[in-house]
Amino acid sequence: VVDLLVAAVAVEVQPSPGSRISGFFYRHPSVKLVLLLAPAVLWLVVVYLGSIAGLLRQSFWSIEEFTGLIDRTFTLSTYLQLVEEGANRDIIVRTVTLAASVTVLCALLAFPLAYYMARFATPRMKTFLYLAVLMPLWSSYLVRALSWRQILAEDGVLNWTLRKLHIDGVVDVILGTPLIGGSSLISSRFSLVLVFTYLWLPFMILPLETALERVPSSFLEASSDLGAKPGLTFRRVVLPLAKPGLVAGSIFTFSLTLGDFILPNMFGTSAYILGQQVYVQQGVAGNDPLAAAFTAVALAIMVVYLFLARRAGAFEAL
Amino acid sequence: MNARTGSAGLGLRISAFLVMAFLYLPLAVIALYAFTTQSASFTFPPPGLTTEWFSVAFHQSDMWAALRLSLGVATMATSVSILLGGLLAAAAYRARFFGRGALAFVVVLPIALPGIVTGIALRSTVEQFGLPIGYLTIVVGHATFCIVIVYNNVVARLRRMSPNVVEASSDLGASGWQTFRWVIWPNLATAVLAGGVLAFALSFDEIIVTTFTRGSEPTLPIYIYNSLFRPRNKPVTNVVAMLAITVTFVPVLIAQLLTRDRESVR
Repeated sequence: VVDLLVAAVAVEVQPSPGSRISGFFYRHPSVKLVLLLAPAVLWLVVVYLGSIAGLLRQSFWSIEEFTGLIDRTFTLSTYLQLVEEGANRDIIVRTVTLAASVTVLCALLAFPLAYYMARFATPRMKTFLYLAVLMPLWSSYLVRALSWRQILAEDGVLNWTLRKLHIDGVVDVILGTPLIGGSSLISSRFSLVLVFTYLWLPFMILPLETALERVPSSFLEASSDLGAKPGLTFRRVVLPLAKPGLVAGSIFTFSLTLGDFILPNMFGTSAYILGQQVYVQQGVAGNDPLAAAFTAVALAIMVVYLFLARRAGAFEAL
Repeated sequence: MNARTGSAGLGLRISAFLVMAFLYLPLAVIALYAFTTQSASFTFPPPGLTTEWFSVAFHQSDMWAALRLSLGVATMATSVSILLGGLLAAAAYRARFFGRGALAFVVVLPIALPGIVTGIALRSTVEQFGLPIGYLTIVVGHATFCIVIVYNNVVARLRRMSPNVVEASSDLGASGWQTFRWVIWPNLATAVLAGGVLAFALSFDEIIVTTFTRGSEPTLPIYIYNSLFRPRNKPVTNVVAMLAITVTFVPVLIAQLLTRDRESVR
């Protein structure tokens, strides 16, 4: 405050050009507001939303079967392709299932750590854990994915550890299981789910911890005083109050899985998920309308998801 | 749950510890295999250790080119997002205007929507107008999702500042610039710095949007991704990966410590 006074006293009393300008802005706050808003609004609304609108327009175009050229007349045929062709439908179902499984696994793994942080950790420990969870989130996603290629390698860390523990039969069981199996760990759908879960886990832990921290411990005591067993208290008291945090975290786990095409190129089976299909259709196949239509599906899913998340109070938990 | 009631059960403590180990062990693996003597496989335990991959990596000119491009893009994208995010925060933190809620939603969209949406949308615009792809288009893509990072940090700080301070300053005759320079900025600087560092880290590591907006020159993440499919000298990728982690880890940690009261998670 002393700095402030000194600075203010040092000001000349005569109106300088600078103070005339600031006086003008003071008298015309809306002019100031428009000038402050203009650059970001132009960028986000014109460039960003404009691009998305352009993309949506493309999804109503089609590709001519023989020439491979794009026909720019309005048609719903590209969207019909998504619904009618089994392969395309499968991609959408497969991707949504994958995103949902990753989200559920993230929630299951996030809970113990978030609960421990919110309820039992000392303030110092909590700060440490908080930073420790946060840091991977800001470290290279690709590098962290790369590490799993090396962990899951044939003679890698995981197989070695399981052999030492004499439980290497587990791998064969996983690889033999339909839906999650495959020819090797890296090329099984199990590994794709595992690595996605690993990558997005911090996104789930942090909002969940915030939500759990807001649960008053008196609620838990009241519940147990009234005779509820821990399991019942968890289901009826903790879980409903944790819901905004879980939903907030799930926005990221779901959305990031939905549009990824890097990870499924590194792990999992050869069956495409949505991101890969968009990448290939837009690139090698040159079918921009189909790529746009697939992107529109991801966009629509996320807009509905965000809308539902807001109703669940997730935006306050972000 | 602020009051601690009793201590955690053994089961809870063990599972919390395991989750933490799950988060960090893979990073240790990256570091370990940067030293392995094997050129093409990842046997555990490594048959021997060597530091030769470091010199191999440091003599690769294409790696340095990719690093330079990534640093250049991240610097530019951070500058743009500090400018746009900062101005937007200044406009939106207190004023009420038509479309304010919608605008707050649009700011978040680039990180709440899958990166592929942003990437392919910008790509189609670029193609539509026949713009050259390269450094500038990568920057545009990155700045789009970095604005929200700076915006969130700055808006949180501005909301905690008392409006009386600004009024006192102008009552005492300070010009708008002087008020900003001597009153607002000292309060704001760490939030801008923290937001900027996080934006830098996000841009430096981004790969999905970049795939669509880049020209033929690879950024560092794309360089790492491409080198995954090279058959030999695999540990070189680990050396570069460690470099990539280091570039962001230390600044981000400092930024977090600067804003430790948790006002800004993202």
